Amino acid sequence: MSSITISMSVNGKAVTAAAEPRTLLVEFLRETLKLTGTHVGCDTSQCGACVVHVDGKSVKSCTMLAATAEGAAITTIEGLAKDGELHPMQAAFREHHGLQCGFCTPGMVMSAVDLVSRHPNPDEHTVREQLEGNICRCTGYHNIVKAVIAGAAAMRS
Amino acid sequence: MTATGNAEGFGASVKRKEDQRFLTGKGNYTDDINRRGQSYAHFVRSPHAHARIRGIDASAALAMPGVLTVLTGQDVAADKLGGLICGWTIHSKDGSPMKAPAHPILALDEVRFVGDHVAVVIAETASQAKDAAEAVAVDYDVLPAVVSTADAAKPGSPLVHADVPSNLCYQWELGDKAATEAAFKNAAHIVSLDLVNNRLIPNPMEPRAAVGDYDSGTGTFTLFTTSQNPHLARLVLSAFVGIAPEHKLRVVAPDVGGGFGSKIFIYSEEAVCVWAAKKVDRPVKWTSDRSEAFLSDAHGRDHVSHAELAVDAEGRFLGLHVRTTAAMGAYLHTFSAAVPTYLYGTLLAGQYTTPAIYVEVDAVFTNTAPVDAYRGAGRPEATYLLERIVECAARDLGKDPAELRRLNFIRKFPYATPVALEYDVGDFDASMDRALELAEYSTFPARKAEAARRGKLRGIGFSAYIEACGLAPSRVAGALGAGVGLFESAQVRFNPTGNVQVFTGCHSHGQGHETTYAQLVSEHLGVSLDNIEIIHGDTAQVQYGLGTYGSRSGSVGGSAIIKAADKIIAKGRKIVAYRMEASVDDIEFKAGVFKVAGTDKQMTIAEVAFNAYVPHNYPLEELEPGLDENAFYDPQNFTFPSGTHICEVEIDPETGVTQIVKFTAVDDFGRIINPMIVHGQVHGGIAQGIGQAMLEGCHYDEETGQLITGSFMDYCMPRADDLPNFTIDATETACTHNPIGVKGCGEAGAIGSPPAVINAVTDAIGIRHMDMPATPERVWRAIQSTRLPRAAE
Repeated sequence: MSSITISMSVNGKAVTAAAEPRTLLVEFLRETLKLTGTHVGCDTSQCGACVVHVDGKSVKSCTMLAATAEGAAITTIEGLAKDGELHPMQAAFREHHGLQCGFCTPGMVMSAVDLVSRHPNPDEHTVREQLEGNICRCTGYHNIVKAVIAGAAAMRS
Repeated sequence: MTATGNAEGFGASVKRKEDQRFLTGKGNYTDDINRRGQSYAHFVRSPHAHARIRGIDASAALAMPGVLTVLTGQDVAADKLGGLICGWTIHSKDGSPMKAPAHPILALDEVRFVGDHVAVVIAETASQAKDAAEAVAVDYDVLPAVVSTADAAKPGSPLVHADVPSNLCYQWELGDKAATEAAFKNAAHIVSLDLVNNRLIPNPMEPRAAVGDYDSGTGTFTLFTTSQNPHLARLVLSAFVGIAPEHKLRVVAPDVGGGFGSKIFIYSEEAVCVWAAKKVDRPVKWTSDRSEAFLSDAHGRDHVSHAELAVDAEGRFLGLHVRTTAAMGAYLHTFSAAVPTYLYGTLLAGQYTTPAIYVEVDAVFTNTAPVDAYRGAGRPEATYLLERIVECAARDLGKDPAELRRLNFIRKFPYATPVALEYDVGDFDASMDRALELAEYSTFPARKAEAARRGKLRGIGFSAYIEACGLAPSRVAGALGAGVGLFESAQVRFNPTGNVQVFTGCHSHGQGHETTYAQLVSEHLGVSLDNIEIIHGDTAQVQYGLGTYGSRSGSVGGSAIIKAADKIIAKGRKIVAYRMEASVDDIEFKAGVFKVAGTDKQMTIAEVAFNAYVPHNYPLEELEPGLDENAFYDPQNFTFPSGTHICEVEIDPETGVTQIVKFTAVDDFGRIINPMIVHGQVHGGIAQGIGQAMLEGCHYDEETGQLITGSFMDYCMPRADDLPNFTIDATETACTHNPIGVKGCGEAGAIGSPPAVINAVTDAIGIRHMDMPATPERVWRAIQSTRLPRAAE
């Protein structure tokens, strides 16, 4: 199959690479750019392990063609910590044991950061409702909910 | 601070060492691994539940771009590879061994479930392999299939394996039949119940994956795979499949994204990838997509049971008789035969003094994916059955469910059950008391009345569970048919500069071993947490191991580490005695410091380590250089976590939507290393138990054997908005037979919670029983059934 050239900004760096037109954004990130922090947990856009930010909004990167992200600014889990300091949401997940196996975690954290941008002071109900698109099989969500509320507070301050 | 004053040791909720990499995208899962020159595998899977393979034409696929080869069962047979095995042999009541039909890694002439492995395409890219797999033409002669567990052994059912009459793998029994029959003759009441334990699909969030590699220069194979027990994978792939001898096969299980049992097993795909790597002389990678995972990961549960409980006039349990049919799926799997037998029948005493128990289990083959251990494995099935029939007894007899349980509690330990276990310790009143208090049971009637005023139905349900974990005492496991011992190994290695590497045969895939094991070592040897590294998951680094399952990593793996650490202390005392010119008997060790008793002479353990590696003057015949010890620990007995779960629900009768308003769990896990991590394990277990009770259920079409619940759009996984916050507490009776007093916490949540939920739902509706999952539709229909006038029934 022929390939096309795709350019975008990923975690603040300009990237240009060739890929098949059918390449999904998540495949482009994982296979072409070797940014393996973004995970694939399903094939029906249900689980949310692949959530990244596209121009500041959370997107399931398995539902978007890489070509569609031409020219966009992408942030992945690898781009969230700054200067070796965990993002407040990452720190809150660690503090509140919001992760176990770590596989859903990148998508969960990226969704949580986006959630806070829309709901700066979320209550438990809001967090649970807003995380409906991210499946975790390990934690029972109890500590994820705690972490997101604490992460939101840290992001406000 | 902990009991011993070590702020990083036993009892401290230390934040996890592994989190930094998981939170920053630096985890190293199997699908993140890419080898130079890597090719990609895609499996051709059976679209039929049962069919004869008349022929496979791969010519069109082989002509497609990038295709390196197409391999089938014929190629496997030509290379004289063996098949997959079940590591546990169960004997039927008549003494005959279970039927264990061949399980080839690629089907030879017959396929037996939708998703069965027919062929593999290997190509330059994953897309090319997938495209070409579509072009492999398989000529099938479709055969009738049997799907229903309840019907599988009935006359006239199609046979999954032609040489297994009535699809019966085994007909097993446990307990004293005559004593149980006698108990029923003396009963004032007989409580009976029919129930189904719904089939589940484990669904760890990381799908399975494998990368096989072959180095023709050294003749060494390497397999990177999503495994809970890499040494066991190496053993099976070497000794039974025959890929390579163990010393020429390295198995690496790197970061693994959850397992819940489903990654214990040795699967076709990983065997094929490592075998094919030599065939194409290229690394071969396979990553399951979720649809394949639904089809081919081993499923869990799937029991159909009838139970009867004999009760005296006061409510004391006199006897329990259970008949269960358990599905094995199309082939026996790594541990499957043991799950509905020794991990099930043995748990039917529960927390109660029932003197006579008799259980019969028929294991049947069906044209479905193999069924094997899933979080709890047999113990959730036993607990569900027991806690449901006890609840029914309370309702039938008009007794308070908590009091009926209390009336029958075991209070003297050790306690030998009539079903082959000896509980070493427990305090069931303590967990019940605390759970009743936290759940505010005494004021439940007021909450029920208040809900009724709002038109809602409130119910409360109990579950008082005990489980046997810490798998397993090898002596017992061997006597019961296990093919391997179930000890664990550990190695504690001091480096010359005083930091420590600990090698464990257990594997962490979410449990946080890198933190809890480091806490154990920190407390025992007085080394700071930062100077301890836990290494696991690589047969080239770790001497041996049986892996992680059966809530064994703390009690068995942790005890092995302590045993090795004790050898370090013993060696250290010899070194210090030599250096200080004192007697070994006079050397004391505490909090990382060796002292000569009664003097101010001392050496830190770091100084001892340095000394051990610069042994210029050691009397070599008495004292070897180095500070590096290994140990194998075999437990004396199972451990017996127990506890009480209480679920309170509120149901909207107009929609059947059930909300869990409060879920309380009070567990006795013995001593607790890291409460934060233990609570996390409990949360996750309860979530899976609530999932089973309210949301999840695997369904195959009864006629065609097609998997109906084949994606996250059809199989209802618990989401954040399906679950409440949990109220968790612990009581403690320390395990009496391991050096650290821990019991195990990984499975308890999934074992204890399902009956609490169903007991609450049925209490709210006012019915005796409802099969899981209690979906809104089922609940609504049940409510309607209670509203029908008698005459219309």
